[in-house]
Amino acid sequence: MNETIGAFLALGGSIFLLLASVGMLRMPDYYNRMQTGTKATTLGSILFLVGLGVMRPEWLGKMLLLVGFVVLTNPVSSHALARAAHNARAKLDKVGKTVLAVDALADAEDAATDAPARAAGNGEAEHA
Amino acid sequence: MKDLKGRAIRFVLLYGAWLVLTDPGKRDEWIAGGIVALLASVLPLFPKTALGDLKLSPKALFGMIAYFAVFMKALVMSNLDVAFRVLHPKLPINPGIVAIRTRLATPLGRLLLANSITLTPGTITVETKGDTFFIHWINVSERDVEAATKAIVGEFEKRLEVFCG
Amino acid sequence: MADTVLLVASGIALAALVLAGLRMVLGPTAVDRTVALDGMTIMALSLIAAYAYFTGRGIYVDVAMVYGLASFAGVVAIARYLEGGLK
Repeated sequence: MNETIGAFLALGGSIFLLLASVGMLRMPDYYNRMQTGTKATTLGSILFLVGLGVMRPEWLGKMLLLVGFVVLTNPVSSHALARAAHNARAKLDKVGKTVLAVDALADAEDAATDAPARAAGNGEAEHA
Repeated sequence: MKDLKGRAIRFVLLYGAWLVLTDPGKRDEWIAGGIVALLASVLPLFPKTALGDLKLSPKALFGMIAYFAVFMKALVMSNLDVAFRVLHPKLPINPGIVAIRTRLATPLGRLLLANSITLTPGTITVETKGDTFFIHWINVSERDVEAATKAIVGEFEKRLEVFCG
Repeated sequence: MADTVLLVASGIALAALVLAGLRMVLGPTAVDRTVALDGMTIMALSLIAAYAYFTGRGIYVDVAMVYGLASFAGVVAIARYLEGGLK
């Protein structure tokens, strides 16, 4: 019985992993790929690993440790990447454009570096 | 004092992880794990930890459980949201980076808030500057700082304040 | 029954791994490739755990854990490089 429940949990997890990949393929730019990539792989791997832990109760402790590790590190690596991408956007935009309706961070940085040249209005600046 | 508390919490976490990874039936593992965890938590060689910001009281413990429940719900919701957006033939997105301002003052609280933001529907943290977080939002509906703060972190901030304000 | 379902789940996870690999090949920017790599390591980690179940050898769970640690450090290192190297 336990084994069947665990196997179906793992099946659900694998569907979220597949969804993450489809999202990474379909989304238009790297921020949106990060969105689907991080969220869906996190829940997908949680379900997959907990499912395996339910199938083999003697591994449940290790699986939960692994789940905790994934939950803590996956967002952190995503932050590091997003930050790096935003800092390097001038170079990256030559290769692949990002779609941003509003970019408060770029506005804040512009305001900090060249305050006088700051455009009037509240930040409709799209970096193209 | 705070540093000592952080190191004590780190010792408990490391020792727990050691016992889960090894066979807890053997006495040798208990002794070896205790020594290693103690050295790793007290030696000044290892960096300071933010864990000292954690409050240890019954109320904080309940707060942690409540936060965990809210977090799991948000994680599931965010995945359903991702599923909807990815499988929708037209890709309904309107991405942008907005600023929010948090009330949380401790590094641990801010770390947990940033992680929670990343795992909740449609948002990832891009950069933090002091109390201002810059969030990539897959479907921007609020551009104003206060309104965006309320829409994105209102719930989490309230829960996190209880145990690591 | 349970083993068959888990086998199907592993097959879907493998398909996800291949699709993420496609994003890694397509790029176009270094960040896209790294995002794909990040996702692939999580999927590979899950598959290693499934392999541990199929072979019945618990040591592979530890392998998955070490793999996760190493890949996290790797992605953060790449992010650091991108930040400094492309500015």
